[in-house]
Amino acid sequence: MARKPKSSAELSEGVTRRALMISVGMGAMVAALGARMHRLGVSQSDEYRLLAEENRINIRLLPPARGQLFDRAGVLIAGNEQNYRVVITKEDASKAIGGVQMVLDRLCQIIPMTDDDVAEALKALERNSPFVPIPVAERLSWQDFSEVAINGPALPGITPEVGLSRHYPLVGDFAHVVGYVGPVSEKDLEGVEKPDPLLLIPRFQIGKIGVERWLESDLRGAAGTRQIEVNAVGRVMRELSREEGIAGADITLTLDARVQNFVQARLGEESAACVIMDVQTGDLVAAASAPSFDPNLFVRGIASADYKVLIEDDHRPLANKVVQGAYPPGSTFKMVTALAALAAGVIDTETRVSCPGYYESGGRRFHCWRAGGHGSVDLERSLMESCDVYYYDIAQRVGIDKVAEMGRQLGLGIRHDLPMSAIAEGNMPDKAWKARVHNAEWRIGDTINAAIGQGYVLTSPLQLAVMTSRIATGKLIEPRLIKAVSGVETSIAPAPSLGVSAEKLAAVQRGMFAVMNGASGTARGSRVADETMIMCGKTGTAQVRNISAAERETGVVRNEDLPWNRRDHALFVGYAPAENPRYAVAVVVEHGGGGSAAAAPIARDALLSALTGGIPPLSAYPAEQRPAIEARFNELSLRFDKLGSQAPTKT
Amino acid sequence: MSFFENRTATAPTGLAKLLHFHWPLVLVVCAIATLGWLMLYSIAGGDFARWAQPQMNRYFIGLAAMFWVGLMPIWFWNLTAWPAYAIGIVLLLYVEFFGAVGMGAQRWIDLGFMMLQPSELMKVALIMALASYYAKLDDRLISHPFWVILPVLAIVAPTVLVLMQPNLGTAVMTLAVGGAMMFAAGVSLWYFGAVIGIAAGAVTAIFLTRGTVWQLLHDYQYRRIDTFLDPTADPLGAGYNIIQAQIALGSGGWSGKGFMQGTQSRLNFLPEKHTDFIFTTLGEEFGYLGAISLLVLYTLVLVFLVWAAVRNRDRFSQLLIIGVAVNFFLYIAVNLSMVMGMAPVVGVPLPLLSYGGSATLVVMIAFGLVHSAIVHRPR
Repeated sequence: MARKPKSSAELSEGVTRRALMISVGMGAMVAALGARMHRLGVSQSDEYRLLAEENRINIRLLPPARGQLFDRAGVLIAGNEQNYRVVITKEDASKAIGGVQMVLDRLCQIIPMTDDDVAEALKALERNSPFVPIPVAERLSWQDFSEVAINGPALPGITPEVGLSRHYPLVGDFAHVVGYVGPVSEKDLEGVEKPDPLLLIPRFQIGKIGVERWLESDLRGAAGTRQIEVNAVGRVMRELSREEGIAGADITLTLDARVQNFVQARLGEESAACVIMDVQTGDLVAAASAPSFDPNLFVRGIASADYKVLIEDDHRPLANKVVQGAYPPGSTFKMVTALAALAAGVIDTETRVSCPGYYESGGRRFHCWRAGGHGSVDLERSLMESCDVYYYDIAQRVGIDKVAEMGRQLGLGIRHDLPMSAIAEGNMPDKAWKARVHNAEWRIGDTINAAIGQGYVLTSPLQLAVMTSRIATGKLIEPRLIKAVSGVETSIAPAPSLGVSAEKLAAVQRGMFAVMNGASGTARGSRVADETMIMCGKTGTAQVRNISAAERETGVVRNEDLPWNRRDHALFVGYAPAENPRYAVAVVVEHGGGGSAAAAPIARDALLSALTGGIPPLSAYPAEQRPAIEARFNELSLRFDKLGSQAPTKT
Repeated sequence: MSFFENRTATAPTGLAKLLHFHWPLVLVVCAIATLGWLMLYSIAGGDFARWAQPQMNRYFIGLAAMFWVGLMPIWFWNLTAWPAYAIGIVLLLYVEFFGAVGMGAQRWIDLGFMMLQPSELMKVALIMALASYYAKLDDRLISHPFWVILPVLAIVAPTVLVLMQPNLGTAVMTLAVGGAMMFAAGVSLWYFGAVIGIAAGAVTAIFLTRGTVWQLLHDYQYRRIDTFLDPTADPLGAGYNIIQAQIALGSGGWSGKGFMQGTQSRLNFLPEKHTDFIFTTLGEEFGYLGAISLLVLYTLVLVFLVWAAVRNRDRFSQLLIIGVAVNFFLYIAVNLSMVMGMAPVVGVPLPLLSYGGSATLVVMIAFGLVHSAIVHRPR
């Protein structure tokens, strides 16, 4: 179809038509853009303004000062010290030529840092967001700290800052009771639904064991907040406002730092535990476990070599033997058997048993510790001389279930709730227990062993102290460790009666008096001379091995000739003053040999220390022992000055 | 309706041509560019040397280029249209194999003083080529299938090359500009209807078959399309820019937080705040009034261009101006709808405002072509 070409005017008109169509489309789009601008900038502006504020302002946490721990007189046990430290921020450090590695290398030239420290810092940097400050070095000297500050320009991303860090001024004295703090571990956060945001701060320290752990919620306090303006990468531009947190609660313990220090020193390097309890209130005055360790090492992050030494030590310095240890109580258990028999009415104070040195039952022979026997013994003498046969006999008469019941009533085989870690329940066996646990019938031999605190019976030093307090007072005393939280005293409910008649208790108490003060008392060597502080007690020597018949024939090997870990445990429980008891004590010296020789002297020193509030006066000791005692005290390295000095108080 | 227009039938010569430039257009363009420097100064936190200074330098180079191009006779540009197109293709092939890689795509040629994006240059060359093609083509053949296929090939070739870089935004713009020019030249509406119909059918088929055994794409490809279409579903990833941009714009309110007072952009919440997302800073600091003012300035430019095209009786000039106008419009439409969350994020700058050499230079050269057409129009 031939058609004439259009004129240029016609063509131009065509373009114009199409151009106008395009213009309409463009106009519509421009209108849409304008409408959108209106919607964002005018209609919904408030909403977006709010979002912009949230974007800009970030809330950072301010760690609160951790609550401090004091002894009952106000001596600082756990405090906070200024900690000069250096933190690194990856975001800034990585901008440097050579990056984070270079910055750390330079830092190493200024302050002492091990390769481990550097590796740990690098690991932490990897785990956290680039803007989170990661501590690289803590507890710097002022010299090192200022050198880092001066070299700031050469160390991009490195900030010196002052923080607070836990400090235990009394070093090892309260290591077991108070425990220590350490950085939050992944395990700590496991299973926690919504963890306290403080826990997410790198290297934030929380209580790991002991009081620090069990009273963590009181001690931690609440985080403060800091409103800061940040950019999208989280970089802090400036601080807008600051609200300090609530410091953790200060806690006063029932312990006495001076007594604790004395007792700890007195235990020395023995593997031993000693606990002193106020028999009226249940307050623990001292709870020492030896050997001890420096909890400050753990706060700083203990070197693996140091940790290995602690772990591999056969004296187990990390264990809190006061509550964790479970030892056969040995003869210290005899009061329980005696009270059970008295309460059941199977014996009275006059009942006599003949001891030929052994006891025969069911064709088996059970030996008394004295091969020749004690002859005819009554209750008082059975305790004074610790005759085993007497207890074999009366235990048979009263039966194990009654003995176990009395044991539990006196606080054995029960977990006493204290803010300490790994509290042992011990064991107070009876027929049902054996059937349940060993699926076996209770035998006569079991009763005989249990009668003198051997066999299945296990107790912790704390339980022994509770037992002694209850015997001394006739009341159900419960142990207490926390005296006050934030200055508010924790209440003590008046202890109910034990339910054993006063005269029966008095008979046992007389026996315990005789142990220390009777002419043939097993602990006569550890008696107190001072009339106002006369002590009652009971020795115990717990076998940790079986003595075979053959061995008995040839003569029992003496303890000193055995390897350390096969020797007997030495135990002692006691209280003073005899007339109006104030403090009870329990001492266990692991593999220490005989209770009268190894444990009783410690118990006497500890009780006298508690009664006098420091180092016992020599006048309390029998005259002939004083030179030796003085010499021993002079050898002790004590934290507080000798007698009469003032304890440091709260600052 | 050039302001200093005289009614003489003879075309002006020499520097007298300058009197026939479209000075209102030049003024509006300069106003927009000035706004850009202000924003760049503010975003740099008061640092003039960081972005504002280099951008000013480039603008003045661009302005000089505009005057030079504008002073050259229009027939010269008609003659160089296809050679320019050929050079564009060669440059695109060059970057495909030797180009510098930036932002994960091969798009740049390092000229030393600036990085050149051939894809930007290519669009102008394509506009010239198509205008030239339709200026010569017998109007009876415009809708003849053979003569439709040729320009379509001329459009598709650079589009594919740009897509391979990959630069989706510019590829779409190239396609759209080419399509608009064919539309303006008078190609039968049936073709456009057919293309739109086929495209719509394909998209429908792709989405309708999703989840069935006959689905046309892999699952991960669908998921990519999802995040592309709705970035807000991934607020810390793909949607981050968009959400932050909208917060910045919205928080500006009616009159903005004031010059240099924007918190979103100054505090680094916005990435690419000085390039593709520069409009957010304007919206935050000058508010709705500032944003609308910019839109008005842009609209003025478009009105001037369309009016100039309508008034011109030279077919090459008409089509050239319309191409430039559509190109300019597409920059604005794509960039603003992306920044305001109306369209997916594709890398398209805001002309005369965004920091960057290629777009500024190319836009100014295009305006130079427009001026050449205005100055040398038949009287």
